[in-house]
Amino acid sequence: MSAQPSASRTPPIAGRRIRIKVKRADGPGKPSRWEEFEVQPEPNANIISVLQQIAANPVTAEGDHTSPVAWDSGCLEEVCGACTMVINGRVRQSCSCLIDDIAPAPGDVITLEPMEKFPVVRDLWVDRARLFHNLKRVKAWVPIDGTYSLGHGPTESAAQQAVRYVLSTCMSCGCCLEACPQFTLEDDETRWDTTFIGAHAISQARLFNMHETGRQTKADRLDALLGPGGVSDCGNAQNCVKVCPKEIPLTESIAAIGRATTLHAIAQWFSGR
Amino acid sequence: MMQHRVIVVGGGLAGLAATIRIAEAGLPVDLFSMVPVKRSHSVCAQGGINACNEVARQQGYSEYQHFDETVYGGDFLADQPPVLEMANFAPRVIDLLDRMGVPFNRTPEGRRDLRLFGGSLFKRTHFSGATTGQQLMYALDEQTRRYEAEGKVHKYEFWEFLWPVIIDGRCVGIVAQDMRTMQIRAFRADAVVIATGGCGLVFGKSTNSIMCTGGAAARCYQAGVWYANPEMIQVHPTAIPGADKCRLMSESARGEGGRVWVPRKKGDTRPPREIPEAERYYFLEERYPKYGNLVPRDIATREIFDICVSHGLGVGGERVVYLDLTHKDPDYLTRKLGGILEIYEKFVGEDPRKVPMKIFPAVHYSMGGLWTTYTRGRYNPPEPAPEHKAGMAPPVSCEPGAGIAQGAPDNMMTNIRGLYAFGEVNFAYHGANRLGANALLNCIFDGIYNGVSVVNFIRDDVPSRQPAESLPPAPFTDAVEREEAKVRRLIETARTGADAQLSPYQIGKELGDEMTAACTVVKSGPRLEQCLVRLDELKSRYTQVQLADAAAWSNQSVSYARAVGDMLILAEIIARASLMRRESRGAHYRTDFPDRHDDEFMKTTVCAFSAQGHDISYRPVDAGLVRPRARTYGKTEG
Ligand SMILES: Cc1cc2nc3c(=O)[nH]c(=O)nc-3n(C[C@H](O)[C@H](O)[C@H](O)COP(=O)(O)OP(=O)(O)OC[C@H]3O[C@@H](n4cnc5c(N)ncnc54)[C@H](O)[C@@H]3O)c2cc1C
Ligand code: SF4
Ligand code: SF4
Ligand code: FES
Repeated sequence: MSAQPSASRTPPIAGRRIRIKVKRADGPGKPSRWEEFEVQPEPNANIISVLQQIAANPVTAEGDHTSPVAWDSGCLEEVCGACTMVINGRVRQSCSCLIDDIAPAPGDVITLEPMEKFPVVRDLWVDRARLFHNLKRVKAWVPIDGTYSLGHGPTESAAQQAVRYVLSTCMSCGCCLEACPQFTLEDDETRWDTTFIGAHAISQARLFNMHETGRQTKADRLDALLGPGGVSDCGNAQNCVKVCPKEIPLTESIAAIGRATTLHAIAQWFSGR
Repeated sequence: MMQHRVIVVGGGLAGLAATIRIAEAGLPVDLFSMVPVKRSHSVCAQGGINACNEVARQQGYSEYQHFDETVYGGDFLADQPPVLEMANFAPRVIDLLDRMGVPFNRTPEGRRDLRLFGGSLFKRTHFSGATTGQQLMYALDEQTRRYEAEGKVHKYEFWEFLWPVIIDGRCVGIVAQDMRTMQIRAFRADAVVIATGGCGLVFGKSTNSIMCTGGAAARCYQAGVWYANPEMIQVHPTAIPGADKCRLMSESARGEGGRVWVPRKKGDTRPPREIPEAERYYFLEERYPKYGNLVPRDIATREIFDICVSHGLGVGGERVVYLDLTHKDPDYLTRKLGGILEIYEKFVGEDPRKVPMKIFPAVHYSMGGLWTTYTRGRYNPPEPAPEHKAGMAPPVSCEPGAGIAQGAPDNMMTNIRGLYAFGEVNFAYHGANRLGANALLNCIFDGIYNGVSVVNFIRDDVPSRQPAESLPPAPFTDAVEREEAKVRRLIETARTGADAQLSPYQIGKELGDEMTAACTVVKSGPRLEQCLVRLDELKSRYTQVQLADAAAWSNQSVSYARAVGDMLILAEIIARASLMRRESRGAHYRTDFPDRHDDEFMKTTVCAFSAQGHDISYRPVDAGLVRPRARTYGKTEG
C-alpha cells in the first residue's frame, strides 16, 4: 500500500467554498435561529478550525455582520468529550469531524446544532452537569482507604484489564444520551435523581463492579440502578451503542447490569431486606 | 471557630491530586476550572508515567538513577532536591493510582506492564493503553467526585480565574468569573493552589488543548509572582500538523520500536514501502547508536529540523520525516498503542500499521513557569556525586524527606505566601528539558506530596492566627471592581463590522506564528531582537483590539481576548529571557552561542513584573547533589 489517501475518501476539491449552517440561540430559553456562513476550508480542516475561521471574521453568507459562534471544546483530538454537537443530524465530536470527509465538493452544506437533551448555554454550547451528576448516583469510584501509601492495588488479568480499559475510556461526551429515546431534556435538577440515568452511568457501574475494591460498594450501585430512572427504564433501543465514539459495548453493559440487578433484587427479597 | 478553606485553581492532574489530598486532610476545597474538570488538558497525555519498579530495580536501576536521568535530561538547570524527592516518591504514586483502579496494562501474570521511554535505557514507564493521561485523570476525577458527593469539595466549573487577592505579600483569595453568566466574584481562602497547566497557545498551534493559554500564570505574574525559566519551551519531535492544532504522536511509538527515517536520496518520490532498507537514512540511530530513536526530545527535534531544514532531506522536500512502525506486529501495536494509532487514522486517514506516519516537531510543554521554593531534605552530601550508573549503590535511601522535607509549609510555594503552584505551571522539576512521562508524575507528586505542605501552612502559619475569613472586605471588593472594569473595557470595544485586523483571533494567530518562528527549535540573537520588535507591534495593536461580540452572557470573545493580552506578556518574557541566555542548554538552542556555559548560566532565570516592565535576573541552581557533566547521549560525530 502506498501513502495515498484511503480509497473510501472522495478526493476533496482544493480551494472549494462550502456552507456552514449553524443553529444559534443567545441563551437558555431564548429563541433559536439559523445562520449560514460560507467558508473556504484550509487543508485538513475540521469543524473546529472552520468555527475558528468564522470567529475571526464573523460575517454571514448574506454579508451580515454577526457575533462569533459559541461552542465548547478542549483537547481537539477526541479524548475530552467537550466538543460534542449534532452535525448533519448525527451526534458526534466536532474536532474529529473532518471537512474533507463530509463536505468534499464545492457548495456542500454542513449543519451544526447543539445537543437537544441538555440545556443550551449559548449557540452550540450546552450544559451537561446532569451527566456528571448521574455518575454520583452510581458511586462511580473505587472506595479506597485514602491517599496515604498502603502498597499496590489488586493484580488483574490482562483479559479483565482489556475489558475494563474500554469501559474506562468513556469521556462523558453525552452522545449515548442524545441518541437515547428514554433520556429526555430535564431542566429541573430536583428530578435528576429519578429520571433515566443513561447508558454511560450504567456502563460505569459495571466498570466499578468489576474492580476488586470497587466491588465492595456493588450493592449500593445496584440499589441505585433498581430505583426509579434505573436500568429498567432502558427500552433497549440500542441507539446508544451505535453513536458511542469510543465503541464502548453499552448494550453489553446494560445487559450485564440488568442481570446483576435482578440477582440483587432476588437476594434482597430472600434476605427480607 | 472560623472555617479555613483552600482554593485550587485547575482541575487537571495536579489540581485534582491536590484537591483530594487536601480534602482528605479535612480542609474544604473550592475547585475552579474553565472546563468541567474531567475535560482538562491532562486527558491528552498518551505515553505513560515514570517510576522505578521491581523489574528495573533487579537490573540495577533505582529511584536514584531516575533522579540522575531527570537532572541530566534537564541539562542541569533544575534545582536538584525536589527532583530527588519526586523520583524517590514515584513508586508510591503508581501504587496509589493502581489502588484507585487505573487500568494499567498488565503482563500475562497480571502485573503492571512497562515500556521504554526517552532518556532511559530501562523500562520504567507505566501505561494504560495509549491514553494514560485520560485514565489517570478519570481515577482522580472519580475520587474528587466522591469528596464532592460528601460535601468536602465544591466545584466551580466554567469559572475562570482572573486575579489572586494579595495583601501584604500573602495570598488570601481569588477573583473569578462565571463564563456563562459573566458574573465576577471574589472568593476567600487561606491558601490558593494554582494548577493551571502550560501555555502552548502562545505558539498558536501546539499539541496542547485549546485552553492552555497560560493566562492564569500570566495574571499571577502581573500580580507579583515570579516567573522562572520562561525560555525553556519543549518542542516535541513527533506531531501531526493540523489546521487547528498539532496532534501528538507519543514518544511511546518510539518506545515500542518506532523508527525515524528519511530517504537517503534528496527528492526521492517513491512511496516509503518501496524504498529499500539500504536507501533509508535512520538518522537518529546512526547519530546516536546508544539511545537511537529514544534520545531526549530536544535532541530528536533538532536533528529532525537539521535533516529537513539544513539538509533538505525531508520527505517530498517538505518539513516531514517518517515515523515507522510497519515492521511491528499489527496486533501488538493495537494492544500497546491503539489510542494514538486511532488518532493518526482518524485525522490523516492512513493506517500507521501499514504506512509510515508523516510527522514534524510541534510545541508541547513548558518547563518554565511560576517560581516556587522548598525546604531542603536530609540528604546533603559533602560534595555532589558523579554520574550514577546502573548497578551502583544509590548514595541515599528513598524514604520520604531525603530531597525536600516532607510537609514543610513552603514546598512549591511561590514568592507570595500562601500561593502555591503545582503541575506544569511551576518550573521546578524539568530544568531545560523534560523527559517523557515525567510530567504526569510531577503533577500527581505535587498534589499528593506537596498538598500536605498546604495543609501544614494553614494549620501552623499565618492563617492559623489570622484566617482569610476574618479580613476586612475592601481588598476583595476592590479586586472585583478592577476586573469588572477590565471586562467592561473589552466589551465596549465590540462593534458590528469589527476590523478583522484588530480581532483578538487575528492578533493571537500572528503572535503564534511569530513565536513559533523565533522562539522554538533554533533561536538566534538577531532573530530574537526582531521578535521583540514584532511583539511591540502586536502589543500596540492589542491596545486597539475590537471584539465582534457585545453579549453580556457567555461571551467567549471576552475570555479569549483577555488571554491574548496575557499571552503577549508571556511571549515577551519568553523572547527576552531567550535573548539574555547567551548559551545553549536543553531545549534552548542559540545558533550564535551553541555551547553550554555553566559558570555564567547554570542559573535560574527569574522574571519579576513591575510597572517599569520585566525585571529579569538570575539565581543560582541548587546543584549540590549531582555534579554537572556534558550532556551528549553518546553522540557519534560525522
Ligand atoms: C498531547 C500531550 C501528551 C502528553 N503525554 C504525556 C505523557 O505521556 N506523559 C507525561 O508525563 N506527560 C505528558 N504530557 C504532559 C502532561 O500531559 C501535562 O504536563 C500535564 O497533564 C499538565 O497537567 P496539569 O494538571 O498541570 O494541567 P492541565 O491538565 O493543563 O490542567 C489545567 C487546569 O487548569 C484549568 N485552568 C486553566 N486556566 C484557568 C483559569 N484561568 N481559570 C480557571 N481554571 C483554569 C483548566 O480548566 C484545567 O482544569 C503530554 C502533553 C500533551 C500536550
Ligand atoms: S439501549 Fe437503553 S440506554 Fe441505549 S439508547 Fe436504548 S433505551 Fe437508551
Ligand atoms: S458511553 Fe460513549 S457515548 Fe456515552 S458518554 Fe461515554 S464515550 Fe460518550
Ligand atoms: S475537543 Fe475534546 S473531544 Fe473534541
